[in-house]
Amino acid sequence: MRTPPARKHVPPPAELPRVRALLVFGAVGLLLVVLLGRSLWLQWMDNDFLQSQGAARFSRAIEVPAHRGRIVDRFGDALAISTPVKSLWIFRDKIAATPEQLRNLARVLETTPQQLSTRIKGEGEFAFVARQLAPETAERALALGIQGLNEQNEYRRYYPGGEVTAQVIGFTGDKDAGQEGIELAQQAWLGGTPGSRRVIINRRGDIVEDVAAIHAPQAGRDLALSVDSRLQYLAFRELQAAVERNKAKAGGLVVIDAKSGEILALANWPTYNPNRRDKVARDKMRNRALTDTFEPGSTMKPFTIAAALEAGKIRPDSVIHTEAGELTIGKQTIHDAHRAGPLTVEQVIQKSSNVGAAKIALSLPSETLWRMFSEAGFGTLPATGFPGEVAGRLRPPATWKPIEQATMSYGHGLSVNLVQLARAYTIFADDGELKPVALFKTEGAVAGRPVVSVKTARAVRHMLELATLPGGTAPQAQVAGYRVAGKTGTARKIEGREYTRKYVASFVGMAPVSNPRLIVAVMIDEPTGGDYYGGSVAGPVFSSVMGAALRMLGVPTDAPVDNVVLPPPDAIVQEET
Amino acid sequence: MTRVNVLLLCVLVVCALSLVTSRHQARRLTVELEREQARARQFDVEYGQLSLEQSTWGMPARVEKVARESLKMQLPAASRVEVVETANGK
Repeated sequence: MRTPPARKHVPPPAELPRVRALLVFGAVGLLLVVLLGRSLWLQWMDNDFLQSQGAARFSRAIEVPAHRGRIVDRFGDALAISTPVKSLWIFRDKIAATPEQLRNLARVLETTPQQLSTRIKGEGEFAFVARQLAPETAERALALGIQGLNEQNEYRRYYPGGEVTAQVIGFTGDKDAGQEGIELAQQAWLGGTPGSRRVIINRRGDIVEDVAAIHAPQAGRDLALSVDSRLQYLAFRELQAAVERNKAKAGGLVVIDAKSGEILALANWPTYNPNRRDKVARDKMRNRALTDTFEPGSTMKPFTIAAALEAGKIRPDSVIHTEAGELTIGKQTIHDAHRAGPLTVEQVIQKSSNVGAAKIALSLPSETLWRMFSEAGFGTLPATGFPGEVAGRLRPPATWKPIEQATMSYGHGLSVNLVQLARAYTIFADDGELKPVALFKTEGAVAGRPVVSVKTARAVRHMLELATLPGGTAPQAQVAGYRVAGKTGTARKIEGREYTRKYVASFVGMAPVSNPRLIVAVMIDEPTGGDYYGGSVAGPVFSSVMGAALRMLGVPTDAPVDNVVLPPPDAIVQEET
Repeated sequence: MTRVNVLLLCVLVVCALSLVTSRHQARRLTVELEREQARARQFDVEYGQLSLEQSTWGMPARVEKVARESLKMQLPAASRVEVVETANGK
């Protein structure tokens, strides 16, 4: 059929050549196969590579910080606490800062541009620009947009108590790890382990999916000490004043709860500030009350008397002839600081007679005396858990010569630390029981170990009370409103093999006598202010610390407030050793 | 047969869409959780700083200094202290 030519008409398309159709179909099909193949390849064959690339872009392992536990006192007041700080660091070849930026940075960091550029231009690849900044300061520094300036999160430990608690708490070093004191001893308890987890982030850097925890973080635990920070400060203040007043080399003061054996205060002088310890001598960091020993002198006499009372050799009113204040054993002679004539056993303690104590000691077998000293905790570690505590020296009785037995009865020829000494007096405060001493908070009453009978303990406590009354060696130790009991010590220091003219003045006592609550031990090393007797150097420190501490703790008084009777100065019994 | 297929297709599409939405929801919530956790950490830090401040200001050394110097307080002498017995003898 033909179309009429009059009407203009587009002729119907001729049938496409078959070849062309096939060609197009083939090309499109081929493309499809290629695409399919490629996608199969990506999905199965090359999968690992792509997965890892994707993960590298969007999956991150981030560190979860865990901070160090706090150290608190018995009422929960912080004594050591960690807060986050930031350090700024650079790779020296990667930093690019304009002089303008450097000036701004110096202003933020409160330093000069000169100092800053010397720090940046120094040797080595890596450098800290500023360490342990407050987080806000670091943020302001980073906001300057200096290329190559990076931040690093750290923790810094602060000690609100400063020098007052320095030797007890110790301090931490690099990476917040304990380096001294309790910080070191309790590292495992206090220290946290940072954890990490794997997350997916989007292109803005937000975490969009938590994939898996790699390590759960373990936060450090808080640690409660037995220390009462009010008593600690009181002890520190009085000790510092006494050391300065007596121009002494060093000093120590321990306050123990007589019922539980807990250490309520432990002060040392000299001291340092743990928050700023760049140039502190190691010497000042020692917790002398636990890590140093000294010959205790007369503060040992009550134990000699207790041993003899227990053995039934004497009674409190037995009379001892003090041989006009001199006693010769072998080639050596021991002296009393003053002549007294015949003394009762009570008066031997009250007036601190060396000859009396020596004669009583010589009436005992050396094992008996040794067992008493040993059971009172001398020669063994006090087991406070403090690093570096020492046991002191108490030689086995088989090696004692008679002269040594005599001098040991009044505290020479053996050595103790102050905490041991304070703890040993729990025997007299707690009716014969030796309490374990503790630096960490304990709950309730603590069972002790009986060492002497109730009768002996009370008898010795009474003798110790006499020592603080007129006629004794330490009337300066009296406290208004409370009956106190205690013993002075004035020991010559031994250097090499010779006794020198340097002294250690000490006082250990308890109060209230009717039911002792506290034991205070004071030690002043090398007083050079003219006075060196335990009664006049350490006694007043005991009195002010004990009085204030009892009032602070609200202990009921057991004496009228006008009980303090000070004899005229020349009537005070002075004693040596 | 065709009806069933169409129905299944619809169900499939709905399921796929809900998967997408819930996935999106999950991510949004994670971001939110993360933000809150960061806030909690921030508060932790602040708590630490505040308790540090509290114990620094409350140290007995400072309390005593303020009491003595600014408030002009002093410890009464023993002669000016009266011990009062309460009714039950405590």
